[in-house]
Amino acid sequence: MADEQQTMERKPKDDRQVVLSVRDLTVGFGEKIVLDNLNLDIYRGEILGFVGASGTGKSVLMRTVLRLLPHRSGKIEILGSNYEEASDEERIALDTRLGVLFQHGALFSALTVKENIQLPMREYLDLPQSLMDELAYVKLEMVGLPPDAADKYPSELSGGMIKRAALARALALDPDLVFLDEPTSGLDPIGAADFDALIAKLRDTLGLTVYMVTHDLDSLFSVCDRIAVLGQKRVLVEGTLQDMFEFDDPWVQSYFRGKRARTVVTNENQKPTGSADAGPTELGPIELGK
Amino acid sequence: MSSNLAKINTEDLPDGAERYVLTGDWRNHSIAAVLKDLGQIEKSGGKGKVEIDLSGISGIDTAGAWLIRRLMTARSGEGQEATLSGGNGTIEELIGALPETTPAPPAPGPDKRSIFERVFTPPGKLVVEVGRDFYAAMNILGSAVRGAQLKFGRGAGVSPASVVTHIDRMGVRAVPIIVLMSFLIGAIIAQQGAFQLRYFGAEIFVVDLVGILQLREIGVLLTAIMIAGRSGSAITAEIGSMKMREEIDALTVIGLNPIGVLIFPRLVALTIALPLLTIIANFAALYGAAIVALLYSGITFDTYLSRLHEAIDHTSIASGMIKAPFMALAIGIVAAVEGMKVGGSAESLGQHVTASVVKAIFAVILIDALFAIFYSAIDF
Repeated sequence: MADEQQTMERKPKDDRQVVLSVRDLTVGFGEKIVLDNLNLDIYRGEILGFVGASGTGKSVLMRTVLRLLPHRSGKIEILGSNYEEASDEERIALDTRLGVLFQHGALFSALTVKENIQLPMREYLDLPQSLMDELAYVKLEMVGLPPDAADKYPSELSGGMIKRAALARALALDPDLVFLDEPTSGLDPIGAADFDALIAKLRDTLGLTVYMVTHDLDSLFSVCDRIAVLGQKRVLVEGTLQDMFEFDDPWVQSYFRGKRARTVVTNENQKPTGSADAGPTELGPIELGK
Repeated sequence: MSSNLAKINTEDLPDGAERYVLTGDWRNHSIAAVLKDLGQIEKSGGKGKVEIDLSGISGIDTAGAWLIRRLMTARSGEGQEATLSGGNGTIEELIGALPETTPAPPAPGPDKRSIFERVFTPPGKLVVEVGRDFYAAMNILGSAVRGAQLKFGRGAGVSPASVVTHIDRMGVRAVPIIVLMSFLIGAIIAQQGAFQLRYFGAEIFVVDLVGILQLREIGVLLTAIMIAGRSGSAITAEIGSMKMREEIDALTVIGLNPIGVLIFPRLVALTIALPLLTIIANFAALYGAAIVALLYSGITFDTYLSRLHEAIDHTSIASGMIKAPFMALAIGIVAAVEGMKVGGSAESLGQHVTASVVKAIFAVILIDALFAIFYSAIDF
């Protein structure tokens, strides 16, 4: 099994650029090893869906990649530079090219939505206030929030609106790589579909690379180019949806062939467009500008 | 930052049309350079058709795309037709995905209030606020006493374990700091008193000074202020963050009175802990004074003790100790009121914790003053 995984991961994919590369990563707390010699690659312009049972370390992996947790050994390369060897300037430059949507939004509660979005712009860009205001409204429009949400505080927003506002903040500097932690959890199905469509649209227009931790089967089936499954302290399998169906592991099988998954697959197949890269739906909030 | 800054050039085409040639990197860190030129072009009156040539753009993001979108909107506002050319498809798609306009910032209206209103609004608000605080405090006091019994099912309303935990946290763990502080206060009063009384040859009366001052006033007052800072802030922060995370609401829907469950044990614990801490503080202060009296004035422990017996009686001790439970209750209620007022943001938590400590200390001093008036009136 280990050999099989080695060959699968080392196999040179086509000459697409690797945006995030994790090699032999080991993370543990005290006696407990959470991730053991984990390997992962993400290529430019793809949407990678990350799944795994609760407690397998999906969040730990994301937090380690974002350097919020220390790792014991291994190498993490983001956008071609190794954070640990980078100088302070390079680190800041790197930070401005990453966007993160935390699971609960993590909006700054003392700032309005507009100020939340403008915070990274204010710190890193030399733009006049009027333009930053316009850009904040543009971002709000893109994520499907009404303009009057701009002057509200996070405590006045609903759960779905917080998710959207947090995405707008993650996109404030037009990052190259976006980390989304369960972006569609807590959204209604229409909102979740819009969100998926939005992410696909951003990928197509901005060339965004997306690392998405999700349990939403609809998202996995509709927008994700590749899926990686975390289990047994490493990436159990990565590949397309077809690879998931063919992979012989009880958890993966029950996840992708379970009752709920079958319903989604059936519905997907019944759609006239049908295929996995159907693109954004007509309902996508991003279409509003047209 | 980048050498490849965004640029815009205007070319006049033969048929009266204009062509804007965009070059460079139109991403957020390099568009600042083009803003001035762009602003002028947007303001200038247009003539005929406008063509925006995108072929020279080396990189673009939403910020750059928005500028182009805004330019197009400005041109079509002048009745001109703006077209894009030379893009690679994605740029047009990106620009097309953006809204045509953003809402204009609301102009701040002139302040129409009269000078009278403007001067008296803040004090008026303050008075209403104080009144509301008083109602809220009475509400919490009432609910704490009544709510503790409002529970059906297993056990009594008050959990002794919870009260004991809070006595440990607010009382036992405060002992070291209270002892140290009171020891130093006693020593300082004794030292200053001894120096002043020396002029009159009455150094022995420093024992009277320290004994009466500490037992009647300083002991309970400083302990209460210390507890207001230490435990009052903790209560406000605990209840406030529970409010932020909807834990208070969860208690309500489970059928428990949050005030009875959360605040009542804390009030009981404070009311038990503060008098006990006051006793410890008094001992520590008298001990500190005894040491200073020995070192600076040569008053031995035996002399000190016999003089202390003459100077103070039970009323001195009682008049100080009676105040302690009232102060404890005031600290607890103020902390709870402020905790329940916490809103959704981290900032409001900080504001209310600060307010809790300030108001609790004020309440403690007010209570002390009222007791002083009361004692002198009844000759206690």
